[in-house]
Amino acid sequence: MDQVANYLFQIGFSFSIFILISLGLAVIFGMMRVINLAQGEFLMLGAYFCTICNQAGIALWLSIIFAALAVGLFGMIVERLLIQWLYGRVIDTLLATWGLSLFLVGGVTTIFGPQTESVAAPLGNVPVGDFGIPVYGLVLIAVAFVLLAAVYAFWRYTPYGLIVRGTMQNPKISAALGINRSLVYMLTFGFGSALTGLAGAVLTPIVGTYPTLGIAYIAKAFITVISGGHLPLLGTISAASLFGTIDGVVATISTSVAGEMTVLFVAIVLLRLLPLGITGRLNRGV
Amino acid sequence: MAYRVFAMQQPSQRPRWWWWLFVAALAAFFITMPLHLELFVILEMSRFFGLAMLALSMGFLWGFGGVLSFGQTAFFGLGGYGYTVLALNTGATTGSVFFAIAFGMAGAAVLGYFMIYGRISEIYLSVTTLVFTLILEKGVRATSGDQYVIGTVRLNGQNGIPTVPQLKVPWNPSVELDINGFFYVGATLLVLVYLGLRLLLTTQFGRVIVGLRENERRTELLGYDTRRYKLGAFVLAGGVAGLGGAFYAMSIPLAHPEMFSLGRAADVIMWVLVGGKSTLIGPIAGVFAIEHFKGWLGTQGVGQVTLVLGAVLIVFVLVFQQGLLPTVGMLPEVWRDRRQVWRRILALPRTVAAVDWGVDELALLLVRRLARLIPGSASRSGRGRT
Amino acid sequence: MRLNRRQFFRAASGALAFASLPHVLKRAGLAAEEPIRVGNILDKTGILNIYSLKQIQAGAMAVDEINAAGGLLGRPVELSFYDSQSDGQFNSQYATEALVKDKVQVIHGGITSSSREVMRPIVNRFKGLLFYNSLYEGGVCDRRHVSTGMVPAQQLEPLFEYVVKELGGKRGYILAADYNYGHITSKWMQKFIRDNGGEDLAVEFFPLDVTNFQPAISRIQAAKPDVVFSALVGGAHIAFYRQFEASIGKAKMMLASGAYGVGLEHTQLSPEEGNDIIIATSFVDDLPTPEAADFVKRFHAYTGDTGYVGEYGEYGERGITIWAEAVRQAGDASPDAVIEALSRGKVSVAGAGGQYTVDGQTNHTTMDIHIVRGNMKRRFDVIRSFKQRPPLDTQLVCDLHANPDDKTQYEVDI
Repeated sequence: MDQVANYLFQIGFSFSIFILISLGLAVIFGMMRVINLAQGEFLMLGAYFCTICNQAGIALWLSIIFAALAVGLFGMIVERLLIQWLYGRVIDTLLATWGLSLFLVGGVTTIFGPQTESVAAPLGNVPVGDFGIPVYGLVLIAVAFVLLAAVYAFWRYTPYGLIVRGTMQNPKISAALGINRSLVYMLTFGFGSALTGLAGAVLTPIVGTYPTLGIAYIAKAFITVISGGHLPLLGTISAASLFGTIDGVVATISTSVAGEMTVLFVAIVLLRLLPLGITGRLNRGV
Repeated sequence: MAYRVFAMQQPSQRPRWWWWLFVAALAAFFITMPLHLELFVILEMSRFFGLAMLALSMGFLWGFGGVLSFGQTAFFGLGGYGYTVLALNTGATTGSVFFAIAFGMAGAAVLGYFMIYGRISEIYLSVTTLVFTLILEKGVRATSGDQYVIGTVRLNGQNGIPTVPQLKVPWNPSVELDINGFFYVGATLLVLVYLGLRLLLTTQFGRVIVGLRENERRTELLGYDTRRYKLGAFVLAGGVAGLGGAFYAMSIPLAHPEMFSLGRAADVIMWVLVGGKSTLIGPIAGVFAIEHFKGWLGTQGVGQVTLVLGAVLIVFVLVFQQGLLPTVGMLPEVWRDRRQVWRRILALPRTVAAVDWGVDELALLLVRRLARLIPGSASRSGRGRT
Repeated sequence: MRLNRRQFFRAASGALAFASLPHVLKRAGLAAEEPIRVGNILDKTGILNIYSLKQIQAGAMAVDEINAAGGLLGRPVELSFYDSQSDGQFNSQYATEALVKDKVQVIHGGITSSSREVMRPIVNRFKGLLFYNSLYEGGVCDRRHVSTGMVPAQQLEPLFEYVVKELGGKRGYILAADYNYGHITSKWMQKFIRDNGGEDLAVEFFPLDVTNFQPAISRIQAAKPDVVFSALVGGAHIAFYRQFEASIGKAKMMLASGAYGVGLEHTQLSPEEGNDIIIATSFVDDLPTPEAADFVKRFHAYTGDTGYVGEYGEYGERGITIWAEAVRQAGDASPDAVIEALSRGKVSVAGAGGQYTVDGQTNHTTMDIHIVRGNMKRRFDVIRSFKQRPPLDTQLVCDLHANPDDKTQYEVDI
C-alpha cells in the first residue's frame, strides 16, 4: 500500500516537473511558434529572483510570485529588444535565443558567482508507512495542476484568451478587427516568460539555484512541447503525462539517468511515428 | 576576387584558376608553419584542424543543403570514440581513422533515415538532432562503471578516455608520427576535405543539394528523390564530422563526453555563422577566429567567456547574417556603388537641392544595403507571421 | 582561460591582494632573478568550483609568502593560473599550454579524478610534474604524479570503523558520483562495511548534474538502512542533503560521507540540513590546534574573506609548501630533480593540519585524520583524531622504487 502511494507520488512528481518546465514553452513555442532556446535561462532567472527575495527576508510564497512577475517583465523586454525583429524567421530566432541563453548564463555567473545558492525547502514530510513523502513535493504537484487549470481556463473561457488565440492563428484578420498585434505578441511572450519564471521559483527549494540550472531542463521542455503537437496545452498535458510516467517509473526502478534517456529515446521514436505530435490529428481545443 | 572566393555565389560553377591559386596558397601556408612557429602554436593548430572539419560538416549541410543540424557534434563524438576504442583494441591507427569516418556515417544514416524519411519539418529536424547528441552525451557519461568495456577498453564515462593512441605512419605502423608529422597530416586532410566538398558542389549531386536549399518541393517536382539526396548529404557530413572527431581526440589527446555536449554544439553554430554559412572557407576561418578569440578573452581577464560569445551570436544573427567573410567580400561592391553616387552628385549644379538629393540617395542606398544585410526585413512587412 | 596571478586575484576576490608581487619581490631582492614558474589548473568556474575557489586563493597566498620570505633557491616563484571550467577538455588544453608554452616546472591542479587522469598522460608526455591536491580513491602509481590528499585507507577506514562498529550502522546504503572517484570509492566503502561486519544494501551512481534525488530517496526508504554513505560530488549534488533532510531526516537515519564538507556544502545548507553529518577529514577550520587557527587567520587576512576555508582551501597551501620543500632539498626546481628528492622520502612539512610527509615509494602523503560531525552552527565538532596515517592502500600495490616506469592506477577488487 505505502509502496503504491510512493509510486504514485514519484509519477506525480515527475509529471508536475514536466508540466512546470514546459508550460511556459507551450505558450511561447506552442502558441507563438517562437523557438526560445533561452527558456531554460528564464527558469534559472526565476530561481534567482526567488532566492534573492527570500534571502532578503520575504516569505517564500511571496518571493515566488515576485519572481514570476519579474521574469514576465524581463520576457517583455526581451521580446521588444530581440524577438520582435525575428517573427517568421524560425532559424534566426533559434540562433538569437541561443545567444541570449549563453549571454544570460555568463551574465548571471558574473553577477552572482557560479556557486549554488539555496532556499531551504519548507514543510517537512508526511510519513506514509515506511516512506516519508515531502510535503513540498505535494505542493509542487498541486501548483502544477492549479497552473494548468488556470492557463486552460484563461485561454478557453476569457475574452483575452480568445483575442490571443485569434491573433496567433491569423494576425492579419485580428489586426483588421482593430487588435494591436504587436502588443498582443509582447504580452503573450511576457505571460509565457512569467509561467517559466514561476516554475523556476517553485523548483528552486528542491534543486538549488545556480547559473547553469536551465541547461538540465531545456531538452526535456522542448521534446515535451514538440511531441505534444500543434495544440499547445492539450499536447503538453498529454506529452507530460506520457513522459512523466515513463520517467517516474524508470527512475524509481532503475536510475534517474536511465529515466531521462528513456524519455528522450521515446520522444525520437514518437516523432517518427507521429511526425505531427500526439495531438497532430486533433482539430479542436487549445 | 575576394568577393568571389569568400561569398561564392554560384557554388555549382567550376572553380576558376584563382581559386586553385588560393587553395595552393593555403596549403603552402600550412606547410611552412612548423618552420617558423613555436611548438605550442603547432599543437593548437592541430587541435583546430579537427574542429575545422566539424565546422565544415555543418557548414556544408546548412549553407548548401539548407539542413540545420545541431547534431553534428554527435557524429564528431562518435568518430572520436570510434577511433579511440578501435585503435586501442587493435593498435592499427590508420584503419581506425577510416572506421571513425564510417562510424560517423552510420550514425548519420540511422538518425537521418528516421528524420528525413519521416519527413519531419525543418525545425523539428534541428531540435531532434540536438536531442540526439544530448542523449549520446548522457549515455556516454553514464558508462563510468567497470562493466562498460568494449574489447579491452573501458569507456570511462564522465572521465573520457585519455589514452587515445597517436597516429602512426601508415606504411610503417611501428613508428608514431611526431607533433609536426601529425600537424602535416591534419593540414593535408583539412585541405583535401575542403577541396572535395567544394568540387562536389559542381557535380550533379551537389547541384541537387543546392536545389534542396533553394526549394525542396520544386526540386522534387523536377523528378529528384529529394529524400535520398538529403540523406546522402547528411551521411556525408556525418563522415566528415567523424573524421574531425577522430583528429580532435588524437590532438588533445582525449575522447570525452563533452564532445557531444550542448556547449560544443553552440560552438559549431558560432563558427559557421561568424565565418559565413554560405561558404566553405567561412566555417574554417570561423574556427580559427572564434577559438583564438576565446583564448584571447581568457587572457584579458574576462571572467565569463560565454557572456561575450552570447552577445556576439546575437549581433551576428541580427546584423551580419551572412557572416564575416561574405560581408568583407561585399565591401568592394558597396564601395563601387558609392563612387557612382558621388559622380552623380558632382555632375549636378551645386545647388542645395542637389546636395539634398544626394544625401537622400546615399541614405537610401545605405538603407538598401543594410536591408540586404538583415535578411527577412523585407519579407517581414510583407508576409507577417504565418 | 589564463590570467596572471594578480589580475586573477583582483577579479576573484574583489579584495586588493595583500602582497602585490613586484613590491614583495623588490623588498626581498628577488626582482632580477629568473623566476621559477608554477602552473595552477583549477576550476574557477563551473559545477566543481565549490572545491577550487579557496584552493586557488590559498595557493596564491602560499606563493606570495614564499616570495616574501626570500623566494625559492634565491629565485622568485611565478604562479600562472588556468581556469579549467569544470570541463576535462580544458584540463588537457591548459596542461599542454602550461608545460609547452609557459614552461612551468610543476603543475598544481586537478580536482576530480577525471581531470587528474586527463592531465597525467600529458605531464608524462612532456616530462613535467603534477601535484594533485585533492582527496581521491587512491592507487595512482606514477613518478610524475604526487598526491597530497587523503586516500581511502587514511580517510574511509577509520570513518567506517567508527560508524559501522561503534555507532552500529550495520546496514549501509551507498550513493556515489558517477565517475571514477565514485565508482572506486564505492568499492572501498563496500569493502570497509564488510570488514567491519556490516552489510552493504545497494550502491547507486549519479551523474554530476543530477539534482532530483526523490526516486533514490524512496528506494532508500524501502531498503531501510541504518546509515547512508555518500560519495556525492559537486554543486548539483548538494540537493541530496537537502532532500534527505526533507523526506527522511538524520534523526531517523545516519548520514556519513567521504566528500561532504570539503566543497563547503555545509555553508550552503541550512543548519538542520548539515547537522549530524559525519565525515573524516584531514583539515577543518575547527581543529583545536594553533597551526589550524593560524592558517585560517592568515587566509582571512590575505583574502579579506572571513568565511569558512575548509580542507580544499588548505590543500592549496599544502601542495605549494610540500613542493617548495622538495625543491629546497633537491636544490633545483626542474621536475626530474624534484621527483628524485621526493623519492628519497625525506620531504616533510609542518602544515595547518599537522605533519605532512611524502612517502617516496608511492608519492602519496602521510597525514593526520580527524572524524568530525556537523553541528547547528554550520561548522564541525571534532570527535576523534588519528595521528600520522600512512597511505596504506596505495603502498600495498605501488612501489616506484622498484618500478619507476609504472603509470598504472590500481583499483580495489572486492
